[in-house]
Amino acid sequence: MDLFLQLTLAGLAIGSIYACVALAVVMIYQATDHFNFAQGEMAMFSTFVAWALFQATGSIWLAFVLAVAASFIAGIIIERVIVKPVESAPVFNQIIVFIGLLMIFNNLAGWFWEHTTKTLPSLFSEDMGFESTLISPHNLGVILFTLALLLVVFLFFKFTKVGLAMKAAAANPDSARLVGVSVGWMLALGWGLASAIGAVGGVLVAPIVFLEPNMMSGVLLYGFAGALFGGVNSPGGAVAGGLIVGVLENWARQYVPGGSELGLTFALVLIVGVLMFKPAGLFGRVVVKRV
Amino acid sequence: MIRPNALTPKLVLSFGALVVLGCIVPLIVEDYDSYQITVAFSYGIAILGLNILTGYNGQFSIGHSAFFAIGAYTSAIMISHFGWHPYATLPFVAIAAFMVGFLFGFPALRLEGLYLALATFALAVATPQILKVDALEEWTGGVQGLFFDKPDPIMGGMSIDQSLYYVTWIVFVVLMALTWALLHSRSGRAIMAIRDNPIAASTMGINTALYKTTTFGISAMFAGLGGAFFAFANAFVSPDTFNFFIAVYLLVGSVVGGIVSIPGALLGGLFYVFGQEYAEEVSNLSELIPPPWVTFGIFLILMMYFAPFGIWGLIERGMARLKRPSSS
Repeated sequence: MDLFLQLTLAGLAIGSIYACVALAVVMIYQATDHFNFAQGEMAMFSTFVAWALFQATGSIWLAFVLAVAASFIAGIIIERVIVKPVESAPVFNQIIVFIGLLMIFNNLAGWFWEHTTKTLPSLFSEDMGFESTLISPHNLGVILFTLALLLVVFLFFKFTKVGLAMKAAAANPDSARLVGVSVGWMLALGWGLASAIGAVGGVLVAPIVFLEPNMMSGVLLYGFAGALFGGVNSPGGAVAGGLIVGVLENWARQYVPGGSELGLTFALVLIVGVLMFKPAGLFGRVVVKRV
Repeated sequence: MIRPNALTPKLVLSFGALVVLGCIVPLIVEDYDSYQITVAFSYGIAILGLNILTGYNGQFSIGHSAFFAIGAYTSAIMISHFGWHPYATLPFVAIAAFMVGFLFGFPALRLEGLYLALATFALAVATPQILKVDALEEWTGGVQGLFFDKPDPIMGGMSIDQSLYYVTWIVFVVLMALTWALLHSRSGRAIMAIRDNPIAASTMGINTALYKTTTFGISAMFAGLGGAFFAFANAFVSPDTFNFFIAVYLLVGSVVGGIVSIPGALLGGLFYVFGQEYAEEVSNLSELIPPPWVTFGIFLILMMYFAPFGIWGLIERGMARLKRPSSS
């Protein structure tokens, strides 16, 4: 029973990281109807920035805050400069631009910081006066921190003027423009928030998977799986989906024969399964399109 | 540029010239260059499949490395476990890759292209892991992969690399011709109609579901054949050779060559091998020059702004302008 609880709690911890990535994916999907395939690499790059800042300042929290802020600004700039020219281009052009970004970030990280793995210390150190055999301090910190973050995001979209304007711009750009919302900048802000949330996910996951240029491809896949599972047009659903995927993955690794070496395959099966049998996900709406 | 060229004497002549040119190359270059061009052809065959799928049918795949791997491994397993002649495995490679692609196309049926891109992304990321699984190690050779001999020369007086070059080139040329024939048939028009307007296409009585999955199967088959030749050229397959970035690079080659074109596949394959080599050399000159794939990433994005139809699109535009200098 202890093992089962440990697995579940560790699953919730990794699941909250997937939830961050899923939320970042869904934020951009809601605003633009596209998956940002570069989300993982952007988060990886942010994590490297955090690592470099940690080396320079010696304080992981300071490095973390600075890296997240930098990612927010970088996200806005990327949307304004790189993504905006293809905003109304066919899906194909947009996917290719995302792929281009993915390549740039992946190889830039390798160029700047080399392909050796680095270790980034946990934000939540051992001496926080907490001890349990069921969950490590890092995992507990991850769960609590992401829950708090998600609450803040939720309140932001529910109660602030900017948050509402962003929702309006995503839901109905034309009408939003008519009531004075600057749709373009709301999109950019969405990108900024998504890359900031991605950066949080990256810094939280780095102590678990080690820091190297390819560290996020698996995490992004689980993030996608979580987003699809929860419902790709429902932020709350994406978070729930991320958590569920984290827990399921951990169970599968332990209880399914051969599961420990097939984690990514599990994500693949989940993605294809959801697409085939319940494309709207658990909490999503079925979108009906007018022809 | 959106539809393949009509059958004119000029097209036949220039295609013939291309075939002959391709046959002369190994006679004048070193064996190592022949090997490299063979690898470029193997990518080119896979890129041709990608062009049919994305350029002509409007479906997306960022997971063609998976089908490339299926082709390579099908061939490698038949060669090293059952002692088949490499070239004799090709029909089975084609069937295996087609089947997997056809089945994988199913989730795409009810969904937009974006979800297919996502599903193929997942497939590409998971592929190396599947190839490493302990349960299959007896067949796949696990992390180490499989080694075998390059196919023997088809004719006396040829080196091994030259021979493989010719076989690959002939297959590539035949596949280009077949692709052209396919796109000019009734089925080809259906395939392109689905790209241009799926709803109108199905109203016209086109079975969009069948055509989409079949096109995906054909595309996967091409990728599989490319993968088999890639395996022959290197005499070796291993899981990490077929990582997700191979899929990305194939897509880059396809876009750079011209995704809505047949000859673009050849350009894309050559770009993949030689563009990368050249960029590598350039980036070695100075610490300040970024590594190849950073440059290519920037290049790729710029192409989407200015030349979404790639090099071949630019060539065709140039030729059209030469023909009618007054109209522009």
